[in-house]
Amino acid sequence: MTTAVFWVLAPLAAASGFMVFRFGSMARATIALLVSFLASGGLLIVLGLAYLGTVVILMMVMEMVIMAVFMIAYMMNPAGLMPMAMFHNKRASLAISLTVFALLAAGIFVTRWPRRAGTAPRDPTFRLGEALMGPQMLTMVTLGVTLLATMVGAVVLATHRGRYDRFGDDLKRRPPTDPARGGVGR
Amino acid sequence: MVTSAPLWSVLVVPALLAGFATVAVAADGLLAARAAHRRVSPAVLAAPLAEVPRLLAAQRRVTPAADTLLWRLGLAAVPVAGVLAAVVIPFGQLTASRMSVGVVWFNAMEVLTWAGLWMAGWGPNAVLPLIGGYRFVAQGLAYELPLMFALISAAAGAQSLDVADIAGAQGHLWFAVWMPAAFAVYLAGVHAFSFLGPFGYPAGRDLAGGVAAEVSGPDRLMLEAGRWLLLTAGAGMAVPLFLGGGAGPLMPAWAWSAVKTLAVVLALVWGRRRLPVIRADRYAELAWVVLIPVAIAQALAVALVVLTTGGTP
Repeated sequence: MTTAVFWVLAPLAAASGFMVFRFGSMARATIALLVSFLASGGLLIVLGLAYLGTVVILMMVMEMVIMAVFMIAYMMNPAGLMPMAMFHNKRASLAISLTVFALLAAGIFVTRWPRRAGTAPRDPTFRLGEALMGPQMLTMVTLGVTLLATMVGAVVLATHRGRYDRFGDDLKRRPPTDPARGGVGR
Repeated sequence: MVTSAPLWSVLVVPALLAGFATVAVAADGLLAARAAHRRVSPAVLAAPLAEVPRLLAAQRRVTPAADTLLWRLGLAAVPVAGVLAAVVIPFGQLTASRMSVGVVWFNAMEVLTWAGLWMAGWGPNAVLPLIGGYRFVAQGLAYELPLMFALISAAAGAQSLDVADIAGAQGHLWFAVWMPAAFAVYLAGVHAFSFLGPFGYPAGRDLAGGVAAEVSGPDRLMLEAGRWLLLTAGAGMAVPLFLGGGAGPLMPAWAWSAVKTLAVVLALVWGRRRLPVIRADRYAELAWVVLIPVAIAQALAVALVVLTTGGTP
């Protein structure tokens, strides 16, 4: 059963990953990438890492949809509806990526994998949480604050209308001038 | 004690889900008839079912230069997401799949509608569906985070991501009682991911149907059935998460599960009829300024209670 699921998901992940570079439409390329990620998430679940696999599915659906929106919005041709490729220099890029894939795949077979020491933990999700949040708590907290600061900074840099546009030069204008009123009546 | 049913029970899930969804659609038709001061008759209740053969026989609408692959894939993703989300919901003492991370699985499957509706909007190469698809993504950015924190609150209260454990942890006090904010946010989230009622914006009347504007025939059936299946799956999940699962006096567990699911379904249908549609940009502000802080405070309160008492208050 597990082997059958593997042989369905693994070629699907590889093939749809390859199709990302074959499709001429940004929408199709993004969805092909999403299918590849979904199959990879399924493979993680098959490996017994249910939490990681499910989170990969959860995050990748949202990320790929948002990526599709931005890729289509920022593409070089108007409205992003003309066919375009996801790569430049077709031959060399194909050769490089196939070589890298072959090298990585060869590595799997050449490596002498160590034997499993001990048994798998009963609850891998809990152990993963402990590993991340126990000894690495400081790293995680630093990482979280850094990511949040990056996001806030990016939004501040990218925002079209700041508080001086809304509240006036002395920040005293009430109510602010907004093109449309928000959901909490500000 | 909830146990895993044999593998074939996965086939029972869509049937059971469709049964509850049919009740929901019939109740919705009934409320519509009452609101229009029409006489309520069996024909009114059966009208949504009579729609099924008509849609199955109807012709598919064709638009020029449509991306048929993505369109069909997106439409199919909506009912598939509803059924897959329902696989982890325990019904009485049985569950089709007792996943150790059932809550996360439910969340992941419900999120599939993001991709589904965006593709369904993109596919037909037409303006109104495209706007509808983008509206759902905007709405998703608003509803998803509060919903996730509501799910986290329930999981933290039971200290488990297993749905059956969460139902079992509500021995003498339902989570809906001591996590009211999480429960309310969750119910709003169910309306949102089934894009019904106040969250019907992506398929709004102002867009001549939005994502559904160019969808006809069997595709239409799939999309419409899909949103009701999602609503029903959300209602079914509310029972183990917040209403104590199959626990209750006198009746067997499966009967309590059915009664509670029906109650949530009917409450959601009633809410869909009573609440006005909210624009995604307005809801985004409400979600990020009010609902996310409230949901985080709720999760924090739950975490503190669990840390001090080791379980329910």
